[in-house]
Amino acid sequence: MAVAPGPGLIWQSSTVESIVDASPRVKLFRLKMAEPRKFRAGQHFDIRLTAPDGYKAQRSYSVSSSPEDPGILEFAIELIHDGEVSSYFHEAVQPGEEIEIRGPIGGHFTWSPELAKPVIFIAGGSGIAPIMSMLRQRFSSPKRATGSLLFSVRTKQDILFRGELEHMMVSDPTFRSVVTLTRDAHADWTGPTRRIDIQMIESAVKASGQKPERAYICGGTGFVESIATMLFDSGLNYDDIRIERFGP
Amino acid sequence: MINNKFFGRKRAEPTRAIPPGQYLEDGFPVLSAGPTPRVDIATWEFTIESSNSDGSEVLGKWSWDELNALPQTDLKTDLHCVTKWSKLDTDWRGVSIDTLFNDAGIEPVDGFVMARCDGGYTANVPMEDITDGKGLLVHTYNGEPLAPEHGGPVRLLVPHLYLWKSAKWVRGLKFMDQDTPGFWEQYGYHMYGDPWKEQRYSGD
Repeated sequence: MAVAPGPGLIWQSSTVESIVDASPRVKLFRLKMAEPRKFRAGQHFDIRLTAPDGYKAQRSYSVSSSPEDPGILEFAIELIHDGEVSSYFHEAVQPGEEIEIRGPIGGHFTWSPELAKPVIFIAGGSGIAPIMSMLRQRFSSPKRATGSLLFSVRTKQDILFRGELEHMMVSDPTFRSVVTLTRDAHADWTGPTRRIDIQMIESAVKASGQKPERAYICGGTGFVESIATMLFDSGLNYDDIRIERFGP
Repeated sequence: MINNKFFGRKRAEPTRAIPPGQYLEDGFPVLSAGPTPRVDIATWEFTIESSNSDGSEVLGKWSWDELNALPQTDLKTDLHCVTKWSKLDTDWRGVSIDTLFNDAGIEPVDGFVMARCDGGYTANVPMEDITDGKGLLVHTYNGEPLAPEHGGPVRLLVPHLYLWKSAKWVRGLKFMDQDTPGFWEQYGYHMYGDPWKEQRYSGD
């Protein structure tokens, strides 16, 4: 399970290949690594920006692309109010720009195709990013057990990867995805329109036909705290509740 | 490598230097690998164990009330998290590791300790980094009981190292002759974690 520390993590350059608007507040950046490093779904990389006067800023971003997408790292970067790194990415970065990165980092919040347990994935907003990496790898791997996604976003416009998730659901009978809108649901929305609660989790479990034996939860602190507690109370093993929080 | 159009956020100058690669944070972000465990004060105990090849020996054990009855230490200090935020002038109250050692008649020995926690988290720290006033068991933050999500009822505080060493929900220290990686260290985080040397990951 543990990753051998190895020679250490060195900074390397990557090149922005493409930039795609994924929602009003999130852009997807695909970076090509100068020296491809393997990673596991759920891991993150550090990004470092250096100003002409030498000032540096570093942030961690989870990879949203599949580990089977060689040499490529996709990051779903949400524009954070007053966020010096996210605003630079949203307002200044162009394809072709070189960005310093190092990684992969982390190892507890990871999924691999060898995991035979039924899994529930629970994401809030841009917390879908590391889970998307897991779902993408899962989609291209032999399915050993069911996978259920509960994805909470504010409005329909904020559903990242919507088309891809729908495609996964229609093409893979072992996968189910439920999106819930916590604000501004319109009459044409047929899914749930409330925060994720235990009833929503139980109904997803029932629909999948298999009780989850592993959970991955990613989102804001309050979101993750409340859902982790629900799953712990529902009897899931402490060690099988894997969480990643998106802080400032 | 220079990002030509990157200038950084206009920021108030920190009142003092912060470690390289860090930025100032006013809030108190929560980062943990697992759910916040429920801890019952009535049965809570803190133990210090020696390292023996033929098992371990309990050198000291304290209940919640016993911990609170020991001389208390107040500390104002800066926090540095490996996820890049630093927070200045945080106020803590708790019991220094020196006080625990004195209370139980434990002599610090050369070597390392493993902090072990509710939920299974562990963190390795050199003995000399938790003694001589450098390490505390804290139960009060800003005059209030330490919130569960921040490690309450009791967390280890070793503020001169990155914050993952300040293990939340700590329940004991085990002496070790050899440095052994804890939870994050097994995943490639630095064995020591000095923020001023930017020792974030193995090899830094």
